[in-house]
Amino acid sequence: MGAFRSKALAIAMAAGLLSLMAPARAEDNIPPRQSWSFSGPFGIYDRAQLQRGFKVYREVCGNCHSLKLLSFRDLADPNGPGFSPAQVAAIAAEYKVTDGPNDQGEMFERPGRPADHFPSRYPNDQAARAALGVAPPDMSVLAKARGYERGFPWFIFDVFTQYQEQGVDYIAAMLQGYEETPPQGVNLPQGTYYNKYFPGHAIGMPQPLASNGQVEYTDGTPADLQHYSQDVSAFLMWAAEPSLVRRKRLGLQVMIVLIVLAGLLYFTKKQVWSQVGGHA
Amino acid sequence: MNGHSVYEPQSGFMKWLEARLPIWSLVHSSFIAYPTPRNLNYWWTFGGILSVLLVIQIVTGIVLAMHYTPHVDYAFNSVDAIMRDVNYGWLLRYVHAVGASMFFFAAYVHLFRGLYYGSYKAPREVLWILGVIILLLMIATGFMGYVLPWGQMSFWAATVITNLFSAIPLFGEAIVTWLWGGYSVGNPTLNRFYSLHYLLPFVILGVVVLHVWALHVVGQNNPTGVEPKSQQDTVPFTPYATIKDSFLMVCFFILYAWFVFYMPNYLGHPDNYVPANPSVTPTHIVPEWYYLPFYAILRAIPNKLLGVVMLVSAIAILAFVPWLDTSRVRSATYRPLYKQFFWIFVVVCIGLGWLGSKPAEGSYVLWARVLTAWYFLHFLIILPALGLWERPRPLPTSITEAVLGPKGGAPVARGAAAPERRG
Repeated sequence: MGAFRSKALAIAMAAGLLSLMAPARAEDNIPPRQSWSFSGPFGIYDRAQLQRGFKVYREVCGNCHSLKLLSFRDLADPNGPGFSPAQVAAIAAEYKVTDGPNDQGEMFERPGRPADHFPSRYPNDQAARAALGVAPPDMSVLAKARGYERGFPWFIFDVFTQYQEQGVDYIAAMLQGYEETPPQGVNLPQGTYYNKYFPGHAIGMPQPLASNGQVEYTDGTPADLQHYSQDVSAFLMWAAEPSLVRRKRLGLQVMIVLIVLAGLLYFTKKQVWSQVGGHA
Repeated sequence: MNGHSVYEPQSGFMKWLEARLPIWSLVHSSFIAYPTPRNLNYWWTFGGILSVLLVIQIVTGIVLAMHYTPHVDYAFNSVDAIMRDVNYGWLLRYVHAVGASMFFFAAYVHLFRGLYYGSYKAPREVLWILGVIILLLMIATGFMGYVLPWGQMSFWAATVITNLFSAIPLFGEAIVTWLWGGYSVGNPTLNRFYSLHYLLPFVILGVVVLHVWALHVVGQNNPTGVEPKSQQDTVPFTPYATIKDSFLMVCFFILYAWFVFYMPNYLGHPDNYVPANPSVTPTHIVPEWYYLPFYAILRAIPNKLLGVVMLVSAIAILAFVPWLDTSRVRSATYRPLYKQFFWIFVVVCIGLGWLGSKPAEGSYVLWARVLTAWYFLHFLIILPALGLWERPRPLPTSITEAVLGPKGGAPVARGAAAPERRG
């Protein structure tokens, strides 16, 4: 009992100490939390959303950003965008892929095949920088490579609520966070744009998604900035973590087995120790 | 201490083997008949958990190594390919990466349990020091493993940590160049880290064998800190400790699985999904959570050399605890003052961990200095002084008395002493 009390006291002290040490937080722009189909222990990807997101990627983001760790065949992932093999082959064929060397020792271009990786628009970062002013990051694992600090005590609650969509929340917010005129007193370096959510606010990328109807949606989803942002963010989450659905599904099975096993072991342990007595 | 039973081979083959290599009687005396104090609580199950975690790390690590490419141009992509294209590669990698965190978490629980119950006191000093050596090896192994994915944090952690050696007077720069295998962190650095990351777990395994050996010579401490005096005070390892360890191990795996399956990247840093780039420094370079208290101590000291000395001392000082603690009573249960200082120390360590995750500026630095000072004061002043001033509560005469009260015991204990003969 005493030990329990001192432990509780220690936890309270730790919490007190943490809040004491934290200086008053400057009011930052925290990306608003979205509701995603893939969050939580039973989360799955929304196939239609990923297909729309891929369309946004292909028609807008893909003009600058590579997706080089993914293959076209990944698009057929039944837990992901779930395109049919024929659709995947058609998508792949729209890209030009460098192959070779051939019998003459020369590299040549041919239409893409499902087994090919997504080709990059620029041969290297330097070429991209020369053309665009900044090197756009590869998007293959971008959704896991972005995030924002949750701070105390939220990072503790996140363990229990399984909130781990900071990356996609940030991307969706950033895409909608452009402002024509920066707030007073903010001087933007040459060639940068003001973004409410981008760290430091001066982003090198001009607003990529703006006008309604920029990307045509055929399934009745409103073709506006909010939906473009959400859909492409969801697509990037899948691109970064294609195993998410299988992972959570297997996780549920593992959890059930472990919890049942723990219960059985608990009662076995009680039975075994009942012979000894006096022990919790 | 007396054993509960002695192994006698029954079958012909076992008799034959016993006469040539008595390996089964070693297993029997270590894990079946081994007398374990009857009052061990669940804090004592973490040693077993750690052994299993080490095996998991080695097995997953060996398979990951079959698919990993230790080259600056391919390392990042090869790790990603493991996640996408290797069968259950995502599971292997997350089990391994989260496993490192779980390993440190369990090791810290194990270590604080030792501090609370005075498990380092005579005759367990060597056992304790072996534990500190394992911790040091774990820190080195974990750090080098973190470098292998060759993300931004990998690269910059390698840069920051190897640069610490430059604080060594006269030879510092030469040592750092030697460690890097060049004039900056590069391909030779990655290659040697990979080699050592593969080697060190087996060194850890070797020291763990020594640790367990030492444990089986001196016997386990227990929550009373009173040595077992008779057979009544102990129960055989199997079934009592095995079933109890198994239960908590499965509970621990529920926690482990929670992170592996539901939030595998929670314990990592997003920047490590950005490929290493020597020309871009991350805004805040932070190590993995389990190094944060030490990182806070390092940054609390304005002088680089002194900071490194304090960082090393923070770990090394643990090896001297058996002699810094002057109290003749082991367990904090009977040490009213030490118990309070122990929990304050736990809070200080958590506070240092949190500060380690914050930028070294403003009030964070001040707090890091205060808590660093307390960290060392705890070992250098409080531990020695408490032993002299503190009036411990009276100890029970035996473990059995502590468990069952002064009159408890005899009939139950007979059953406990020979469970295999029970009906």
